[in-house]
Order: sequence, then C-alpha cells, then structure tokens
Amino acid sequence: MTITARAIGRLMDRLDGPDKVRGLARYAFEAPVEHPAYLYGLQSTVAVGRITAIDTRAATAVPGVLAVLTCRDAPRLRPVGDGELMILQSDRVAFRGQFVGGVVAETSEVARAAAALVRFEYEPGPHDVELRVDHPGLYAPEQVNGYFETDSVRGDVAAAFAGAPVRVDETYRTAWYNHNPIEPHTTVATWTDDGLFLHIGSQNVHGARQSVAELFDLDPGRVRVSSPHVGGAFGSKIRPHPDLVLAVMAARTVPGRPVRFALPRQQMFTQTGYRTPTIQRVRLGAAADGRILAFGHDVVEQTSKLKEFAEQTATPGRVMYVAANRRTTHRVTRLDLPSPDIMRAPGETPGMFALESAMDELAVALGRDPVELRVTNEPDVDPESGRPFSTRNLVGCLREGARRFGWAERDPTPRSRRDGAGWLLGTGVAACMYPVYRMPGSEAMVRLEPDGRYVVAIAAADLGTGSRTALTQIAADALAVPADRVELRLGDTTLPMATGAGGSSGITSWGSAIVEAAARLKLRLESEYAGRTPPGGLEVTAAMPENPYQQRFAMYSFGAQFAEVRVCPETGEVRVPRLLGVFAAGQIINAKTGRSQLLGGMTMGLSMALHEESRLDPRLGEVVNHDLAEYHIATNADVGSVEVHFLSEHDPYVNPMGSKGIGELGIVGTAAAIANAVHHATGVRVRHLPITLDKLLVPESAPGVDVHH
Amino acid sequence: MDAEITLRVDGTEHRLTVDTRTTLLDALRERLGNTSPKKGCDHGQCGACTVLLEGRRANSCLTLAVAYDGAELVTAAGLADGAELHPMQRAFIEHDAFQCGYCTPGQIVSAVAMLDEVAAGWPSEVTAERGAEITAERGTEPLLDDDEIRERMSGNLCRCGAYANIVPAIAEVAGR
Repeated sequence: MTITARAIGRLMDRLDGPDKVRGLARYAFEAPVEHPAYLYGLQSTVAVGRITAIDTRAATAVPGVLAVLTCRDAPRLRPVGDGELMILQSDRVAFRGQFVGGVVAETSEVARAAAALVRFEYEPGPHDVELRVDHPGLYAPEQVNGYFETDSVRGDVAAAFAGAPVRVDETYRTAWYNHNPIEPHTTVATWTDDGLFLHIGSQNVHGARQSVAELFDLDPGRVRVSSPHVGGAFGSKIRPHPDLVLAVMAARTVPGRPVRFALPRQQMFTQTGYRTPTIQRVRLGAAADGRILAFGHDVVEQTSKLKEFAEQTATPGRVMYVAANRRTTHRVTRLDLPSPDIMRAPGETPGMFALESAMDELAVALGRDPVELRVTNEPDVDPESGRPFSTRNLVGCLREGARRFGWAERDPTPRSRRDGAGWLLGTGVAACMYPVYRMPGSEAMVRLEPDGRYVVAIAAADLGTGSRTALTQIAADALAVPADRVELRLGDTTLPMATGAGGSSGITSWGSAIVEAAARLKLRLESEYAGRTPPGGLEVTAAMPENPYQQRFAMYSFGAQFAEVRVCPETGEVRVPRLLGVFAAGQIINAKTGRSQLLGGMTMGLSMALHEESRLDPRLGEVVNHDLAEYHIATNADVGSVEVHFLSEHDPYVNPMGSKGIGELGIVGTAAAIANAVHHATGVRVRHLPITLDKLLVPESAPGVDVHH
Repeated sequence: MDAEITLRVDGTEHRLTVDTRTTLLDALRERLGNTSPKKGCDHGQCGACTVLLEGRRANSCLTLAVAYDGAELVTAAGLADGAELHPMQRAFIEHDAFQCGYCTPGQIVSAVAMLDEVAAGWPSEVTAERGAEITAERGTEPLLDDDEIRERMSGNLCRCGAYANIVPAIAEVAGR
C-alpha cells in the first residue's frame, strides 16, 4: 500500500515552533511539579578500585539535606543486561566518574554544596584505558551494533591486493566524540504509592519504562514516562543511563516528593555514552582502469568492562563498491572506561571517514577523478548479499552534486590554488549512505472525533527531528484530510507503544503504523457507518504491518558531499566556506524540516572533522576537556554556506510513504569530504581526526607529506 | 544565607527570597517558573540562558541573582506579546532556524540584542577586517554581512547545527 502525497512533501513550519521560540515548550526538567527536591550526583575519583570508607556525616548535617545515597544504603536493583546501570550496588569502581552516591536536598544550591562534603576513601587498582591496535584484550564480538555480522569475507583479499597494480593501504583514526545535546540529561522523578512518574528527555519512552520497571522490580503499568520535547539527543537518549537510575533511587528515598536532577555538563562526558574512538586499516587494490579488485576494512575500537557496545564501523563498505575480493572485520577491547554507545550514524560516520578518505587516496594514486572512480565501482546489486537495491541513486547524487558544485573546473593538483590573501584553496568529495531501518513493535491510535477532527496518538519522540510535524503530514494524507484537522500526540507511555527514535527508523516505523491505523479506521467508517461519523466518534489502534519487500531488496539512502576549504599556510587554520550535499532518500515528508535534518548532520560532520575530540588523560582514565569551552563544537562562525539538495526518488518498496530516514545520512561522509579537500588544498593527507592546526604545519617544500600522529 | 530581592521580568515585578548562591538563571527557572532561558552548561559556555539584563544580552547562569536586586530582565517569552510573536521569532520559524528548540530562546534574545549593538556602532572581532565597508552614509554602524552575524552570534551554540538557517533569519529581520 502506498499513500498519495498531498501534505507530504510540502514545506511545513514546525508545529511546535511558536512554543519553542518563546521558550514555552516544556522540556523534562521544566515539568510543573509542586515542592521539588534536588539531587546532585557524586562520582568516583579513581578509575578502578574499591571504596574502603565513606563519611557522610558532614553532608547530612547541612540544613536542608534530605538524604545521602551511597552503596551502603541505596536501593537494591534487579540485575539487568546493562551493567552500567547497576550503580551503588557494591563497593567496586569500574571507571573514573562512575556514580558512587548522591545528595538530595531542599534546593539545588544545598545539594551541590553538601555533595562536596561527602568523603570517600578508595583502594585504587591498576587501570587499562588506552585503545591500541595491538591491545592484548582485542576480541571478535558475537555481532556488532545493528545485529550485523562481526566479519564478512568474500574471495581472497590478501592475494588480490598483492596482485593489484595500484594499492592503498592506510590506517585512519577517529576521535572519542561526545554527543553534547544542549539540553543535558534531566529527570523529574516522583515515587508514590500509585507508582513512579518520570519526566525525562528520551528517544524511547517505552524502552525507558521497561528498563526502570525491571531495575526497580515494578509493574511497567505503574511507571509512566513523559517526554513531549527533547532538547537534542543524537543517540544519547535512546537507552537509559545511570543518571536516570540515580534519580529514581533518590525519588524512592523521599516518596511523594518530586526530585529534579540535571546532569552538570561536566558529568555528561562520563554518564551518557559516547562514540568510540576507532583505528581503521583500509586496503584498496585496483586495476589501472580504477576497478577495485580487493577491499579490506579492519576496525579496532573499544567497549567497557560493564557492557559490550561494538560499533558497526566496517559495515558501510559491505554495500558501497564492487570488489570480488573483500573482507571487513571488527575487534573490540574492554577498557576501564565508561561504555561507548550509539551516536548519530554509529558505524557509518567513522567508517565512511576511513573508506571515503581511502577512495580519494586511490583516485590520487590512479590519477583519476574521484567522482569518476566512484562511478566506475558502482555495483548493480548489493555486493555482499546479492540482493537488488530497492533504489540506489549514488551516481545521480555524485553527478548532480558535481554539476552544482562546479566540480568540472577542478584542477586535481594539490596546493595549486590560493585566494587573494594567500590562503590555500581545495575541494573534496565523498559519498554517503545510510540503511533503511524498520523497527517492529510500533502501534498507532487514530480517533475520529464527533466534530470531524482526528487525534493520532503514538509514543514517538521529537528530538528536534520534526517528527511531530512530519507524522501529522503523514496522518493527514493517510486520512485524506487537511493537516489542520489532525492533532498528533507523542512522547508519553500513556500513548500506544512506539519503538525508539534510533537508526533513522522513526518515520518508517511510526508512519507505517499510522498509515495502517488510518486505513482501518476509514474501512470501518465505510463498512459500519456508511462513511458518517458516529455520534461518539470512532477509534482504531493498529500495529505496523510487515513489509513484504523487506527480504527481497537491499534498502539504503545515498548521497554525495562536496566541500570547499581554505587553509592558512602559516597557521594551518582551516575554514570551510562551502558544503554542498545531494541526497537520494526517497520521498521527503517535510521539505523544510527535512532539509534542516541534512543541514544539521553536515554541520555536525564539519564539527567532527575540525573541532571535536574528547581527550583522555591515561593517568586518570578521564576525559579532561569535559565542558563546552574545551570540547569544541562548531559555532556559528565556523560554518559557512551549507547547501542541501534532494534528488527526486520514488521507492515503492520501503514503506507506504516511500520515505527513507534522514536523521543520520547528513553526517556521513562530511568529514571525509573536508579531509579530502584539505589534502587538495595543502598536499597533506590527515588520517587522524580532528584536522587540527598542528597536523597541517608542515614545511612549504614538502607537499604530499603524510600525517599519522 | 538568604536575601530578599526584586526582579522585574518581562514587565512584571517579583519580590522573592533567594539563596545568595542562586544564579539569575536558577532564580528565573526555579523560583519564578520562567522556563524561557535554558540551562545548557551552567558555565557561560553555550548561551542557552541568554536574557536581556538592563537591555543588554547576558548569560544569566554566570550572574548571581542577589547582585541584581531591582534589575529589569527580558526573556524570549517577554519579547513576544502573548501569542503575537516578535519579528525575530517569526523569522526563526519561517527559516526553520532551530530543531530541538533548546538553544532557541537564547539565540533569539541574543540576536535581538546583537542588532541593537550593531545599531549603536559596536564593532566585532571581524569588523576591523571590513573597515573599508564603514561608509559615510552608515557612519560607524558596521555593515551587517553574513560574517558579522556569524561572529556576533558565536556565543550561542546550536548542537542541532541550524546556523545556516539562523543567519538568514537574522539578516531578514535586520532588513538586509
């Protein structure tokens, strides 16, 4: 079934815009509650060890302190699969910054001041926190995130690579990145005899409810999670983190009293997940005409001792290009650190930096145009599964991008152009891709009100993605009514089950459920009520149906990213005056907010390329630049022109809307396009992100120098 | 220690008792229930808490409430006249200059104050490079090109990456 696009595809203003521009949209911490108490968390100051003494007397004596939580008296938790959530259950410390306690007080000022008075003594142990390609703990996980195979092998890469006339064999590194949504992770928790009420910023309210119910041995029906607005997330609010557990513990110690808890920005670097640093070896062996004969992508990355998160970094190469001989592998090691987690396009983001940098290196080695090299290696079917693509328009994106960007006039010689001020100029290109994920389990309720209006309810999330608006457009078209007749409700466990806003799967999963419920409602209205609205209205709830094409086709979105850079030859400063992306992602539901999704992804990709890096002090086992002054995210002045163009793409197989997820596609490939442009400008190939000034300060007379540090 | 102070917020006078450690931001949010200024970093590094303090933009998280007894404050909520939005707010919606909306009230207050700074002839870090563009007709008022807007708005971080929409929204209000 497909639906006719009327509201879909339009430029529609965000429905929550008027509230957001005035600051009236309420985020979790702002939930109106009576007489709240405040929580402040206490963190371990050793990376590994045992707590040997705790002195809470001074803190407890402070007027206004309601409770001090430590492992001595904290509520016992039922063990769950995520060891990071099992805080305050023993005297063991598993990483520096792990929660070891909390202070609950009448005001936030008292809580924070009293927290400084709690004394812990430790017996520290040796810690192991540095990711190395030869780390003795490296192992092959059973699978990697997204349920992908850990390794994939076709043919004989070593032999084909050895025999290839042109070869690239390089190692690329990406940094530790933290999500840093501007809204910190916050909770308002109220524990009463009736149950537990949580206001949190969440990408998955039903998932959070399930986790909390399991941990605290509660009937899920007695836990309500509300999250109408989320102030950015980028993957960090998909799964619950220890801050939520600490807040619920605090609420349980002061029953009936709402407890407000906001992570200070500094604590977000240890409590809310991060993108693992990666070390990636890429091998590309090609014939003289550019055809890739051998492709290898071997990834080393980290996880923690408390749980395993293995990022799927080498998976995009399984889809991108032809090569009869191919191998991808993932190896992880468990370190005494917080656990990495999902961050915007896990796998594709770091993996495509390496692969698309290597493709640029191969183009240089072959003396071929990097756009044409990619076109030469375009597969007819998914290279590893052999399935046809539902739609694949990478070549169209590359061609359209090249045309719009003015690529044809490019002289490929590195260090050949300067502007009037003597700055080196360069341009670069990279491809991007993202899978079409579809999460089973969502249900939607559609109710026709007696006055002819429709209420559509699903516990989906709007993190700024615009899903509230896009789902309204989908519902309107599914019901064949104007969008202003539809009221969409989301972000609360009192609404029908919705899967999480992850893997850019939201619109596919939630939208398909809404289309199904709308179709059934229309059918019932016709068959039972002759098309006339019954006096009491009519309500239908339906689950997302199976997609009969799911196994027949490989489903992906694709795109091409172009970057222009200016580099100061004296200081190594890099500016990015222009980014241009062309994307083929099926039907775009809302042309306005959809463009913003891609634009935001590209901007985060620029930030990843040039600015962001969480710096670990190996002596402490801690990220030392843990605030927004030291962990640089792109500011307004760092971003120039960013153009987003969509290639028209009709895909009848992905879902009834013909849409593909766009929340993550835009960050994929941006860093490679910028790194490739920097190479073109300077002759310096930076394989270790971020591209900081020091990596570009090489003698004028030494073009082509490689930077590995 | 507590202190009694008066704050005039969005045109309404409030008498309140605050802990002397309470920031202006917490006084607004936790004492007066004004959710318009946001807490992103509590360290003056993100700009989400920006308010007009005596007519100028300020990070309310870096300011102790007790030090501003009697002060006049305007938040993004106060820029609007009820449901009637300020032109900057309308431009942000029109240009989709935000996504999650959490930095947005701060961005908008900052943008409104920034245009006043330009009108008053205040230079920015990049103005000097553009000295030649200060013309006889415009006097000392800097030419508000995109680079000026970007520079002057760089105290307000947007993690969703809406900068490329924020700049044209502000430019439109500036009458460019």
